[in-house]
Parts: sequence; C-alpha cells; structure tokens
Amino acid sequence: MVDFYFNLHPIVQGLLKGLAVILVIFPIGGICSMAERKVSAWIQGRPGPNRAIPFWFAWVPVIGPLLQRLGIFHVMADGGKMLFKEDALPGHVNKFYFVLAPILAMVPALTTVTTVPFGAYVDGAGKVIPLALANVDIGLLAVFAVSSLGVYSIILAGWASNSKYPFLGGVRASAQLISYELSLTLSVVPVFLWINAPGTPGTLSLARAVEFQSGDWQGLTMASWGGVWFIFLMPVAALIFMVSLFAETNRHPFDMAEGEADLVGGFHTEYGAFKWGLFFVAEYAHMLIGSGVFTLLFLGGWNPLPWVPIATLASWLHIAHLPIVVGLLSIAIFLAKVIALIFFFMWVRWTIPRFRYDQIMKLGWQKLLPLAIANLLFYAVAIAVIQK
Amino acid sequence: MAIVPLERKPLTLAERSYLPGIVGGLKTTLKHLFQPNVTMEYPEQRPALPPGYRGAPTLVKDPHGREKCVSCQLCEFVCPPKAIRITPGEIPADAPTAHVEKAPKEFEIDMLRCIYCGLCQEVCPEEAIWLQNQFSLTGYTREEMVHNKQRLYELGGTLPDPHLKWDKKLAAEVAGGASH
Ligand code: SF4
Ligand code: SF4
Repeated sequence: MVDFYFNLHPIVQGLLKGLAVILVIFPIGGICSMAERKVSAWIQGRPGPNRAIPFWFAWVPVIGPLLQRLGIFHVMADGGKMLFKEDALPGHVNKFYFVLAPILAMVPALTTVTTVPFGAYVDGAGKVIPLALANVDIGLLAVFAVSSLGVYSIILAGWASNSKYPFLGGVRASAQLISYELSLTLSVVPVFLWINAPGTPGTLSLARAVEFQSGDWQGLTMASWGGVWFIFLMPVAALIFMVSLFAETNRHPFDMAEGEADLVGGFHTEYGAFKWGLFFVAEYAHMLIGSGVFTLLFLGGWNPLPWVPIATLASWLHIAHLPIVVGLLSIAIFLAKVIALIFFFMWVRWTIPRFRYDQIMKLGWQKLLPLAIANLLFYAVAIAVIQK
Repeated sequence: MAIVPLERKPLTLAERSYLPGIVGGLKTTLKHLFQPNVTMEYPEQRPALPPGYRGAPTLVKDPHGREKCVSCQLCEFVCPPKAIRITPGEIPADAPTAHVEKAPKEFEIDMLRCIYCGLCQEVCPEEAIWLQNQFSLTGYTREEMVHNKQRLYELGGTLPDPHLKWDKKLAAEVAGGASH
C-alpha cells in the first residue's frame, strides 16, 4: 500500500497530502475550540457545553453520556452550524478582499503544517527518520516565512471590512506581529548556532534540532549535553520564544487584534458563519504549529524524556524492528507534548487579563528584543568557547 | 489624627517581570480546574426557593374553595406596568357566597408586562393575589403569555386563610338579624 502511494504521480501525492492536511486541521480546529470552552468552563467552576447528543447515540450506555458530558457532539453541531448558516456579506465592505481575507488566513496555516515533522521511526540501519509531509531542509525558515504571512489576512480583513473597529484591530495586529517577530526569530538563533557546529553541514531543519536532543546519558562528560532538551540549556531563549509565540498567534494576553472589550470583535467584527470559522481554524492551526515548533526546538520533539531518546525507548520495549509501531509511538509522544502546550495556551488565556496596547509595544521593543539580543550574544560567546 | 506616610516601595525585578504573578495566577486557576462546579444544571436541578420568593402573581382560593378576589380593582390600579386587567362581575343572588357580592368576571395578567414587583399582593385587601414560586414561564405566542382567570387559579391553588372574614361576616349577619 505504501509502495502504491509512492508510485503515484507527485501531483496526486501532493493533492492527497493537501487533502489530509485539510481533513486533519479542520476537525482539530473544532476540537480545540471545544477544548477551549471546556477548559474555560472548568476553570470558572462550570460544567461547560454538555447537552448535544444525537438521539441514537444516547442509547449507548456509559460512552454516550460520557461523550455528551465532554461536549463532543457540540463540535459537530458547531461545525454544522458554521457551514450552513447564512453567510451575510455586509453592503459596505470591499467584497473581493473581504472574501479573500479568510482564505488568505487559511493558506499559511495549512502550508506551514506540512513542514513540521511530527514523528520519527527507526529504519533498518538504526537511523532515525523523521516523519513530515514535507521535510524541507530550511524547516524553521519555511515555518517563519510562511506563517508570518498570516498577518496579511488580518490586515486585509480589517481594511476590507471598511468600518473602524475592524480597521483598528488590523492595525494593531500588524504592529504587534511585526514587533514580536524579531524576538521570536532571535530567540531561536542560539539553538541553531549550537546545532550548526563548525564542520557539520549547515541546516535549519527542525528534525535536526530534535536529533540534537536525542543523546543518551554518557556519564558526567561533555557528550551528555546531547541528551538535554534545549529548554534546560537555554531557558531564557525558550521563555522569549514562548512569549513571542503568544503574541504571534494573537492569543491572550496579546489578543489585541480582537480585544472585544474595546474593539467589539476586532478584525473579524464584520464576519460571520463560515468565513468567521475560517479565521478561527487558522488561529488554532497557528497555535498548533507554534506548539509543535516549540516542542521540536525546546522540548525534545518526540523523545519521551531527557536522555531517553525514542530509539532507546524502542529498544527497551523491543519494538525497534517495527518501524510503524515506533512511528506511532513517536507521534503519540509528540502529540502529547503539543496538546499539553495547547492546554497551557488555554490555561494562560483564562488566567491573566489582557495587556494594554502600549504595554504590549513596550514589552516587545524595550524588554523582549534587548533580552533576545543579549541572550543571543551570550550563547554566541558560550558556544564559541565550547565548540572551538 | 496622625498622618502616616506610606512608603511606596519600587517593584522588584521579579515583580516587574510579571512572571511570578502569572505563575501565581496559573496556580489559582489550576486549583479551580479540579474543584467541583459551582453552577447548577438547571432543568434537572432546581434551586431551593427562599420563603417570600416573588414568582408569577396568581389568584388563590380560600380553604372552602371560594375565590377570594372581590374585583375591587386595587391591584389593577397599583400595578406599575399596567399588567392587570379586571372585568368586575356580580355574584348571583342564589349562590352560597352571595353576601360577598362581587367577584371578577375576567381577570387577566399580562406576564409579558409584569415586572414581579409584588405591589398587587401588597395592596390586595382580600389576600387574594399572591406571588408564588413559578419563575419559569414560557409560551409560543403572546396570547399564551396573558394569564386568564382560569390559568391564574390553576397556578394559585388554595392557600390557608386564618381570617375567613366573609364567613365571620355572614355569621354576624345571621346572628344580628341581617339588618341592612
Ligand atoms: S386581587 Fe385583590 S386587589 Fe385585586 S381586585 Fe381582587 S381583591 Fe382587589
Ligand atoms: S407583580 Fe407588580 S407588575 Fe406584576 S401584576 Fe402585580 S403589581 Fe403588576
């Protein structure tokens, strides 16, 4: 079956991959929004959405009511509602760009997903092969380059809506995203300085970053560095990356672009139904990608524990000769970390209040950026000394 | 009174970084995440209503089954949003309660107007109108939401009556030779 797939025309392969991404990301967006509602409810001492259930499913004992309590069927109900309700097009908008904006929001979100490796398997030669739809060597650069295009959709939505609150939301989003992109990029440079030691082929691949965190425990020698996750080696870089990630994904406490208290709904005020849903899915996809990249760079990717890489775990469990099982295990570990991070995103959202806009700008330019530069200089010197 | 100037300490670096504050907040919300819900799942669980609760206004009968309202229309006059409309009527002379003389022919309370203020109950000289425990009123049409006399008695039922003043009056009249 695998051979059959690889014998297909590359374009057909690409289409299948694209379809897979769409089929995975949309339900994930729905599930994330439900998870958000549930997490917010639990934090606020409410049960959250727990009513919807198809009548024939209610007959299933235990599982039916359990899924109902978890609000699983609300996901489908919401999705159906989003698809079928009237999609009003306000009369005062610039129609072409108004329709274009949500589509444009989806494009970078769906594109970057393909470049994020999400698992690995051990091949016959004992080599760890990463699993990704498109394992490009510029990895991280591709993610950054494409995902930052997402801001255009917000600007476009704000501008094409032709009313003042969406416009303000769009302006805020653009300024904020540009400010935090600097710190975001600078904070990962030390990681790649470390990876691209002199004499090794240069790479920006995310899978390579995971490989670097896949060392075994070698006793108290320098060789044991390889097993430490980067979050322990570079906590400040990880912190800056995390904060910038919140800002880049427009998540609380940086969701200035929406800011319903002061901007009604921000850039998506004029949107409804499916177009609004696209923005939502794009936001969750960005969160997913951001969490994925954070996991890969700082949390050891699909390695279960520091100093316990997936290959070691596989040999412990005697499954090293079953590439598919190892692959599934690595995907599960990776997903568990990503889900934990997404939960963290939600947890933060329901904990702290939104920043004021000037605070965001101050934090971005006067605190994070100098900190990121200082961090970079520190690690540049340290790495030069260690790897000399 | 002595004025005590409070020293306003500058924030420490840790405080200014905001991170300990965030961690503290996260701890609080995490605790709440595992605490039992504080809300009630309404249609299945009903709140315990405190005594004196002001639900929908209803008409009540006395323990002998006599409708207490004498259609004096005081409640109609006092009702701030003019939700009550009474058509007064006379009690036929051959009825056992003929001495009460008057009863409402029709009595309507428009529940879309009523503000549950309780003034009607307060003003009623006959203790005939009571705001009881019904708080969940729904209907598909506006007409349904106008409670007529029959519906008001259905909702109201019978309440104990410590006075039974019309019975006393009748007894006094009989004893005194009905001189009026
Ligand atoms: S309910 Fe009471 S106040 Fe209203 S008309 Fe009847 S007797 Fe009078
Ligand atoms: S409760 Fe107030 S508003 Fe309602 S009928 Fe009585 S007097 Fe009118």
